[in-house]
Amino acid sequence: METWEEVTFAGYILEPGNAESYKTGDWRSRQKPVINQEKCTFCLLCWIYCPDGAIIRKEGEVEIDYYHCKGCGICAYECPSGAIRMRSEMEGE
Amino acid sequence: MMARKVLALNGDEAAAYAVKQCKPDVIAAYPITPQTIIVERLSDFVADGELDAEFIAVESEHSAMSACIGASAMGARAYTATASQGLALMYEMLFVASSFRLPIVMSVANRALNSPLNIWNDMSDTMGARDCGWIQIYNENSQEVYDFTIQAFRIAEDHRVLLPVMVCHDGFVVSHSTEGVEVLSDGEVDSFLPPRDPVYPLDVEKPVTIGCVGVPEYYPEIKYQQEVATKKSIETIKEILREFNESFGRSYGIVEEYRTDGAEVALLTIGSISGTAKEAVDEMRAEGKPVGLLKLRLFRPFPIEALRKSLSGLKVVGVVDRHISFGSCMGGALNMEVRAALYEMKDRPHVMGFPTGLGGRDIRVEHFLKIIDELLMIAEQDALEEEYKVVGCRGPGCIGP
Amino acid sequence: MRGIVEVRFHGRGGQGVVTASRLLAEAALLEGKKVQSFPAFGAEREGAPIKAFTRISEAPIYIRSQIYTPNIVVVLDPTVIRSERVTEGLKDDGWLIVNTIKDPEVLKEELDAKAKIATVNATSIALELLGAPRVNTPILGTLVKSTRLVKLDSVISIIKSTFKGKVADMNIKAVERAYQETKIKGV
Repeated sequence: METWEEVTFAGYILEPGNAESYKTGDWRSRQKPVINQEKCTFCLLCWIYCPDGAIIRKEGEVEIDYYHCKGCGICAYECPSGAIRMRSEMEGE
Repeated sequence: MMARKVLALNGDEAAAYAVKQCKPDVIAAYPITPQTIIVERLSDFVADGELDAEFIAVESEHSAMSACIGASAMGARAYTATASQGLALMYEMLFVASSFRLPIVMSVANRALNSPLNIWNDMSDTMGARDCGWIQIYNENSQEVYDFTIQAFRIAEDHRVLLPVMVCHDGFVVSHSTEGVEVLSDGEVDSFLPPRDPVYPLDVEKPVTIGCVGVPEYYPEIKYQQEVATKKSIETIKEILREFNESFGRSYGIVEEYRTDGAEVALLTIGSISGTAKEAVDEMRAEGKPVGLLKLRLFRPFPIEALRKSLSGLKVVGVVDRHISFGSCMGGALNMEVRAALYEMKDRPHVMGFPTGLGGRDIRVEHFLKIIDELLMIAEQDALEEEYKVVGCRGPGCIGP
Repeated sequence: MRGIVEVRFHGRGGQGVVTASRLLAEAALLEGKKVQSFPAFGAEREGAPIKAFTRISEAPIYIRSQIYTPNIVVVLDPTVIRSERVTEGLKDDGWLIVNTIKDPEVLKEELDAKAKIATVNATSIALELLGAPRVNTPILGTLVKSTRLVKLDSVISIIKSTFKGKVADMNIKAVERAYQETKIKGV
């Protein structure tokens, strides 16, 4: 790790938006959301509610960004059509 | 060269006049006795169009410092002023300003802290804030207030320093005392103090994050970097002082020596009390007593090398503090610091502390004559009986009113 | 302290005691002297007895304590004599300048003062010319006449640069009147 001479000036963070590279997906210890695309109506409530911006909008469907998803389960709770289920981290995808 | 203007200014007015010439972008301040005149004059300058600055009339000193931090982080030249309780209320933000390495300049009209309620002068306020990471400069008179307010911006904004600076002058004794002050022309100030060149200003085009979490894995490195910068700033301060002296015909040093040639004992003073002490030294010298005086201008960073040099060869030093550090081993912070600085010196002098002039108690030449008598006695006995003695206080153990 | 002339002003809050002290210092500054002017630091209270101080010197002034052994005492309000020991510490060869209707001889006896005394009825001058009992400018006329500490012209210049228009004119008139009407013991 950096010495006092190598750390940035007063600990400033000089690369904008570098929080994105922080793999918060590693925090997911018990369960992860899994989308059933058949049931998804593309209402985007999950996209609105996700506190970490870990729902990726694609053409006509949504995807989970597991690099950042912390597994909080809000998306599954809010989904009105039951398209998102929380599954054990241990289960194969 | 044309003779410079000499204006009748009290300490507060001298600070305000200097600040006006330094053209701050933002002034955020809350008036408090005895600093009030500074805030009044600066708001007049802004209202009258003589100073193009954003004047933020804040609701507290905590907000004053917060606003200065925000402004300075944006790259603005920011200034504030306070005293006593106001500085105490600012306390947590003082650390933020220095840790962000923001070159904010703040005048402090030194005033005692409550309680009992006291609006008069001592240095309880800034001495209590000595570990906040700010550079601290103490001034003896209005002329010094003027000269060092201008230098403070230059020091603070120097890229080798980038630290906030407190420019202190004694409440009432300097803040409300009118004297002749030789002022520089606006052009001279402009040539000495270029516009601020911020290093990492907040800028949406080039974002940076200031004040994020510093986890234990990073905090020590960031803090030690700050400590090194603070210690090293002394060289830059000396350099700037030299330039100021050469440019404007002044003769300031970091430590000022007064009649120290051949002195065996010396007073070590800080702030306005130095003037009255010099009178006492003159009287003692007239009687052939080997007495001198050292005035400390800079308390943070502490000028340890300069002080060791000045104090070597003396038999006794009487350190005149302007506050009490309650329960400490040496009465006041200055005495503690001086003693600590001398500890590893081979032929170190005896050092005795004299916390003096608390809460505005008027200190006269006679008080200093008594102190010097005490120092001469210690020199004769080559032994110290007490680490410190309060001066200007009725009752046993003290040197009377 | 050698060569420093020390002046102590007595009066009441609101009478311009501090301004008198400062105007005197500024007049001396104009003459190239070193000066110091400061109030006895306290809460400014209208009507309460207050003090202000001026030091004037050819050489730089270092001392910053209050003034305890003045060369000159100036009393702006004769009623403070009842409660304040105005002559305390006044040097024997000094001057006592008082705004009063009394003659200097009478005052000298009353106060048992060794110093030289000059008096003037500055209140009546101020009431007539300034429309209010602001005696801080006229008393300077008497100070100048008796002590010659600064030149009358210097005081007038400072009044001109401190006040504006008619206020300045009337204050200058008041200074000149007091200068003329000054009564000095034995003169």
